[in-house]
Formats: sequence, structure tokens, C-alpha cells
Amino acid sequence: MDALTAHLSQLGHGLVTTVELTVVTTVGAMLLGIVVATLRIAPVALLRAIGTAYVEVLQNLPLLALLVLFVFALPTIGISFPLFTSAAIVIAAYEGAYLAEAIRAGINTVGVGQAEAARAIGLTFGQSLRHVILPQGLRAVIQPIGNICIALLMNTSLAAAVGVVELTQAANNVNLVEAQPIAVFTGAGLAYMLLALIIGQVTGLLERRLAIVR
Amino acid sequence: MVSVRGLHKWFGPLHVLKDIDLTVAAGEVVVVVGPSGSGKSTLCRCLNRLETAGQGSIEVDGEPLPAEGRALARLRADVGMVFQSFNLFGHRTVLDNVTLGPTRVRRVPRPEARQQAMALLERVGIADKADHFPAQLSGGQQQRAAIARALAMRPKVLLFDEPTSALDPEMVNEVLDVMVSLAAEGMTMIVVTHEMGFARRAADRVVFMDDGRIVESGAPDDFFAAPRTERARDFLSKILQH
Repeated sequence: MDALTAHLSQLGHGLVTTVELTVVTTVGAMLLGIVVATLRIAPVALLRAIGTAYVEVLQNLPLLALLVLFVFALPTIGISFPLFTSAAIVIAAYEGAYLAEAIRAGINTVGVGQAEAARAIGLTFGQSLRHVILPQGLRAVIQPIGNICIALLMNTSLAAAVGVVELTQAANNVNLVEAQPIAVFTGAGLAYMLLALIIGQVTGLLERRLAIVR
Repeated sequence: MVSVRGLHKWFGPLHVLKDIDLTVAAGEVVVVVGPSGSGKSTLCRCLNRLETAGQGSIEVDGEPLPAEGRALARLRADVGMVFQSFNLFGHRTVLDNVTLGPTRVRRVPRPEARQQAMALLERVGIADKADHFPAQLSGGQQQRAAIARALAMRPKVLLFDEPTSALDPEMVNEVLDVMVSLAAEGMTMIVVTHEMGFARRAADRVVFMDDGRIVESGAPDDFFAAPRTERARDFLSKILQH
């Protein structure tokens, strides 16, 4: 326990970074997911192809490889961002592909009749999506979206590999000093678990609050 | 108001509409009847381009149907449609179902749209259900809400695609009553239905379809009393014997 209490501020900073990274990427990944899911159901074949290509490329590469590529390869062609920003962009892009698929599944649960009725009153494709299809489609997949957000939280620990001092990296640093891996990583693990539980609770709450009367 | 010329429609190898010609004048109520699979619903859906025509031309109020995009959306705003399965937006209250089109498409200010929507709901007899969700309503009430939603756009034409086919028998009349009153007020209506009573009461003209063609067309009294074609006689004998 002393190993943890002696380094509370260091671990606290790591935890805050993890939370920040999770929040920023979740927001980014959600927006991206909605855009990509929309592309995948767009009436234009080219847009659908772009959406599919995006999902296939990002889902079929390991996140760690993407992070390393972005952080170490891009600067060699003159593009570089601060480490935190880089990690946020890559994780959001990666999780966005998974969210896009979950959201598309949600969109598919909305009956064809809903889209037809929306078009029949003169809504454009974008308006039907915004006012009729997405509000119902997203409600249907709140739980899967929550699961992806938890996976996202866990994946933020990979940012440690490219030098972001988030919770895992902070724990690792503390362990290098204290050499008490059981205490240090159990503590970090409990913190992750707590965060995941919070996401789960929020998900459950949203699902109950937003349930459609059937 | 609506003018269809030489309309053909194929679903893959299936030729579902064969050389349809149909003209509907402003204020006219045309009831389309015929056996299942005769193409009547498809014809109805072609008129606001929920199905695209394979060949031929369709004009609404003198304008050819736009192919895609905003022009098509504008046209659909002027052509109301009532579906067999109501298709009310499940996540919105009845009132919000009715105001969605006017506020988003017509840019009517919200208070005004709500007021008009309440008047329409009053008119179809479900003003007390304005704040309920569609799933909390009976089938007949849902269909009347759907009619109010279509009327809120102040359409030039109303299309009804088997509006009572999904209803329990005791709810059919409450919907038909609304439709009859609309017809009496001079709304241009094209109604695909199996309700022969409605055709007799409200139609200016009955169009009988079979196997993708318009086989016969005439005033309801003539059509029901003395159908000219063998196919229509056969159809009527099957549905009117009870």
C-alpha cells in the first residue's frame, strides 16, 4: 500500500490523463462513427465504398501498430502532433470504425417504413437520418456502444507505448522505483475497473431513460 | 393534378406495372381496387417515387417527378402518403409526429406548427392523445394520427396505400370516416383499398387493376352494379358474396 500512497500525485496525474484521453476519444469516435455509418448507408455508391474502406482498414490493423505508425512514421514526412493529440487521433479513428459498425447495426433495426414515412413528408436524406433514423437507431445500440467505450478505455493504455504518461505508464514508472508490481498494478487495475463500472452505469441509465415506448 | 402516361415497372424479371395511364383531376377521389399482386400498391408508391418508374412519365400538378435530391423532397412534401402500417415515428409523441414535417420542411415556426397540429388532431378525433407515443395508441388512432401528419403538410394530393388493411375490423370505420370527410371537402385522393363500402360512398371513380394493368375504370355505381370485364366480375363476386 505504501508504494501507492507514496506516489499518489504521480498516479493521480496518470489517472486524469487516462480519463481525459477516454473522454476526448469517445466524443471523437462517436462523431466519426456516426459519419462513417452514414456513409455506409448513403444512397451514393462511392460514399458507401469510402465508408466500407474506412471500416475495413481500421478494424483490420492492430491499434498498437497504428499508434506506432502515426507517432514515429508521420514525423519522418514532416507531420507531427503533440503525443497526447496523436494518441487521441489514432484511438478515435480506430474506435470510430467499431462504433460505425455498431451504429450501422442500430440503423438497420429501424424499419424501412420509418425511412419511407420520413421521405414521404418531404424530409431530405440528411433530415430523415437526423430526426427519424438515428434517434431510433442509436437507442437500439446504447449497450453495444457502451461496450465499445469500455474497450476504448482499456485501449487508452496502449498510448503508454508511444510515450503518453497515462495510468498504465504512471503505474509502470512507480513500479520502476518501488519494485512492488502486485500493489502498483492491482491499484491501477482497480482504477480502470472503477472507470469501466461508471461507463457501464451511465450506459444502463441512458438505456432506461431513452427507451422507446413499444 | 396527377397524370401518369405509359408507366411500366419491373422488379427484376417481374413486370408489375404494364403501360399504366391514369389522370386524376384536382378534387377527384380515385379508388384503386384489385386482387393482391395486381400492382395497385406499386402504382401508388410510384406516384411519390418511393418506387422509381421503369418507363413512362408521371406528372404531379403539371411538374414531372424530379429524379432525386431536394427537388424530389419538395415534391413529396406536396404529395401526402398514408401507409398500411402507419409508420408513425416511434420515438416522437403524436404531436411531434405531426409537427416534424411543417417545422423542418416548411419552416413553420414551432408554436404555429403545434397549433395547427392540435387542430388537425382535433379534427381526426385524437387531440387527447397528442402527448402519447404511437405505441400507446390503438391501430385506428395511429392511422388517424398518420393522416393528421400527412395533412399537416397541406398536400395537393393524398395517397392512401391500403390504409385500413392492418386494422382490427372495429377500427376500420373510424379511419374511413375521416377519409370520407376529407373526400367531401374536396381533397384530391388516390386510395388503394379493399373497402368497397368506402369506394361506393366516397369515390368519384373506381379503377380496377389486374396483373399490372388497369382493366376497367368507371363511376362506382356503374362498376359495382355492372362491371364490364369478366375479370372485374370475377373479382367482385369473390369479395362481395358475404
